[in-house]
Amino acid sequence: MTGPAHIFDKPNRYIGKPEPRADSARLLQGRGSYVDDQKLPRMAHAAFVRSPHAHAKILSIDTQEAGAATGVVAVYSGEDLAEHVTPYIGTLTHLTGLRSMPQHPLAVGVARWQGEPVVMIVATSRALAEDACELVYVDYAELPAAVESETALDTGAPIIHPELGSNLAWERDVVAGDIDAAFAAPDVHVVEREFRFGRHTGVTLEARGTVCDYDPSENQLTVYYSGQAPHMMQVIFSKHLDLPEENIRVISNDVGGSFGIKIHTYGDEIATAAAAKLLKRPVKFIADRFESFLTDIHARDHIVNAKMGITQAGTIVGIDFDDLTGIGPFSMYPRTSAIECNQVLNLTGAPYVMENYRAKGRVVFQNKTLMCQYRAVGHPIAMAIADGLLEDAARKIGMDPVALREINLMADDSYPRTSATGMKLDDLSHKRALRKLTDLMDYDGLRARQTLARRRGVYRGIGFVSMVEVTNPSPMFYGIGGAPIASQDGAIVRLDAGGALHVSSSITEQGQGTNAILAQIAAGVFGVDLNRVKVTTGDTATTPYGGGTWASRGAGIGGEAMLQAAQALKDQVLEVAGVMLQTGVETLDIQNGAVTDIDGSVRLTLADLARTVYYRGNELPNDLKPELIATRHYRVTDFPFVFTNGAMAAHVEVDIETGFVKVLHFWAVEDCGRIINPLLVDEQIRGGVVQGIGGALYEECHYSADGQFLNATMADYMVPMASEMPEITIAHIETPTKTSVLGAKGAGEAGTGGAPAAILNAVNDALSPMGASIWQMPMTPERILTALDKVD
Amino acid sequence: MSRSIEINLRVNGEVVHATVPSRLNLVDFLREELSLTGSHVGCEHGVCGACTLTVDGDTVRGCLMLAAQADGKEITTIEGLAENGQSAQLQAAFTKHNALQCGFCTPGMLASALGYVNTGGSADRDAIRQHISGNYCRCTGYQSIVNAICDVIEETSV
Repeated sequence: MTGPAHIFDKPNRYIGKPEPRADSARLLQGRGSYVDDQKLPRMAHAAFVRSPHAHAKILSIDTQEAGAATGVVAVYSGEDLAEHVTPYIGTLTHLTGLRSMPQHPLAVGVARWQGEPVVMIVATSRALAEDACELVYVDYAELPAAVESETALDTGAPIIHPELGSNLAWERDVVAGDIDAAFAAPDVHVVEREFRFGRHTGVTLEARGTVCDYDPSENQLTVYYSGQAPHMMQVIFSKHLDLPEENIRVISNDVGGSFGIKIHTYGDEIATAAAAKLLKRPVKFIADRFESFLTDIHARDHIVNAKMGITQAGTIVGIDFDDLTGIGPFSMYPRTSAIECNQVLNLTGAPYVMENYRAKGRVVFQNKTLMCQYRAVGHPIAMAIADGLLEDAARKIGMDPVALREINLMADDSYPRTSATGMKLDDLSHKRALRKLTDLMDYDGLRARQTLARRRGVYRGIGFVSMVEVTNPSPMFYGIGGAPIASQDGAIVRLDAGGALHVSSSITEQGQGTNAILAQIAAGVFGVDLNRVKVTTGDTATTPYGGGTWASRGAGIGGEAMLQAAQALKDQVLEVAGVMLQTGVETLDIQNGAVTDIDGSVRLTLADLARTVYYRGNELPNDLKPELIATRHYRVTDFPFVFTNGAMAAHVEVDIETGFVKVLHFWAVEDCGRIINPLLVDEQIRGGVVQGIGGALYEECHYSADGQFLNATMADYMVPMASEMPEITIAHIETPTKTSVLGAKGAGEAGTGGAPAAILNAVNDALSPMGASIWQMPMTPERILTALDKVD
Repeated sequence: MSRSIEINLRVNGEVVHATVPSRLNLVDFLREELSLTGSHVGCEHGVCGACTLTVDGDTVRGCLMLAAQADGKEITTIEGLAENGQSAQLQAAFTKHNALQCGFCTPGMLASALGYVNTGGSADRDAIRQHISGNYCRCTGYQSIVNAICDVIEETSV
């Protein structure tokens, strides 16, 4: 019997190798298959009339002219679709006290954000549907809008849902130790800052979209879905469109970026499915860029007042903060819009030994686009609070920020342990990561050059973050609260007659290289060449049941399921081979597509074995009933999450005349456990860093006082482009998680979670000679000049 | 609302005659009428670069040009570049360096990169970054793309 201990060191060992992705060839030849590439017979196209107001009563809707326009197939109002779609509410029971109200695919009676869909037009082409939208006349009575989260709870603020009595959606307090006593102790300095994190959004290059095909002869709905959680969507379509779950097939082919944007319930997509069902023909809806900005979930939008207490010797005594976050007019369904705030409460300061902690989170409704889980949920806020205050405290007591971290980071040999907020932590390497980082970046040399540059009037800054990342979530994340979201994933491995493997998995591919790592794991563990593994993901009809790829869970959970399945198939094949060869299985192995002796000499090719089993079963003993297929499912037990850690640093130059920040270089040392493919991990971390830099320096959804989104075009909303981005150096520490054989933790969100804090600290380090600092993201030139007191 | 115009053009070497609505843009024409879905639509206002393709040898945004304006032109899309081998080196380098993730920006990124390489662009990393700054990629950190383009230039110049 070959044991799991052998799989990382044997022929066909692909785990850990920088293998290029097999599917890149297809994408590089323009042969991808994205939702908008689908063309089905009789397919109609949807366009939406959207609310131009942040908050308005809908007095009347006149669709007569639109209904008669060229090419129009159907026109639906909110009331029309409400008869066919049951409303949904974004609450979960484990987020005690979270409130929201029923939401319809199209606004019914009142529109609550600019861009909320109000009327749907289905026509024979998108252009004709848009033409007809121009002929819909909606009479609105504008209502006062609750726009700013800061005033949403004020007496007299417009109440978005009068039934709830206030705009408070959720609040939670976390208390550990005695923060007041800790701060009042002699020798303790307290630093206090107000942080502002602007609203930004995912800007997936492929906009949201769906093609929904309904076949009344079988009462079957097929949904082509650009997203991350096909099985979750299957349940949602079933529940709200009154179709049996098994009659819904959700297919994700190529997905043009998601980052948490395409994992929620969007009214326009639900309406498209409803229209397909009502019209008994396929309907396509592809958001244009304006619709994406107005209706894709937004992220962040936090105002945080935070304090850290520190002794003169550099020991952190505690953190105390109050987080206020605005989530739009509803909590998003089904994941809710309270998870980000909850993460901030749970994760702030998690790398540091700290006995006293007090945090208050409040989540409020407002008349803006809905806010929900985008890449690195809560992490950029949590890391910026703790590490921003830490470097502020370092300046206050005159200590180097690396030295201060050395004093306060949890020791690498102190696990398992819990954080101040009670999070279970294990297999982390904060101190090794920080030391590797300072070596990698030549920290001392960089500081020396910084001093020289300052003498020339060039203001450079170095900033750090030590971080944790939530990965591989257990059922404690969503399932426990009643969400139809699987925390386990499944893998199937099948030996085909030609000796190749066909594998399928419930995790999904959005460009991370999911399919590539699944093939690497299966090939390596089972024992075939990588190019003899075919992978299927993203189809509820053909893959095992599972959660999909989000929350940095694909490799850690889906990968482990694949490892277990490949091992199970190997055991089964060796049993058959043992009978066929009249040999004990303990003397056999599988290498390079053949059953071999332990020393590697070939006894029987897999094709010969499989053909015997499939075609000439008469040659086998009657009591041997091989299946040559194995399925395994895996979930994380004992831990709510498998935390990873990392240390990152930014080197920036601030032009104190213009306020522009140039990121000169960025370094990240990441411990994501066992690395399956460094080529894929490194660039994924880089991409995450770039998204984090975007949030720190450029990206913001600007709203007017009456709730109008002012910069909803790609020309006005600044995303990071190649010329502004630095070279990013990546290094790793590998501390495999003990929760699985594979040992992989997640890596997908680290960069986005950590980079903003590192950039903030670097900018403040650069500004420190002027006695200035900035605590608002994005750190635009105007805000930096304001911090420097150069503009009002 | 929408007058029709007759156009004659060559797309990836093939002669195409079509009658198109005057308001139809080039990328929608290629995708919807010719089923050349390799060119992608990301912003429809010329910022993201996903629809970048080649018109008479020039690098062009397919969303900023009307199909009617393509009359008499020679259009090459990603499908054509792959077929005629022009992008083979870049494709190999993009694969080697993992210079793509979701692949949605990739056809446009390749077209821009090819324009840079074919016009004698140097292996200067800043210059390459400047050149591809009209192509938005949300997945990579751009570094792998720069590495891939550098590789091709250095291989070609040897």
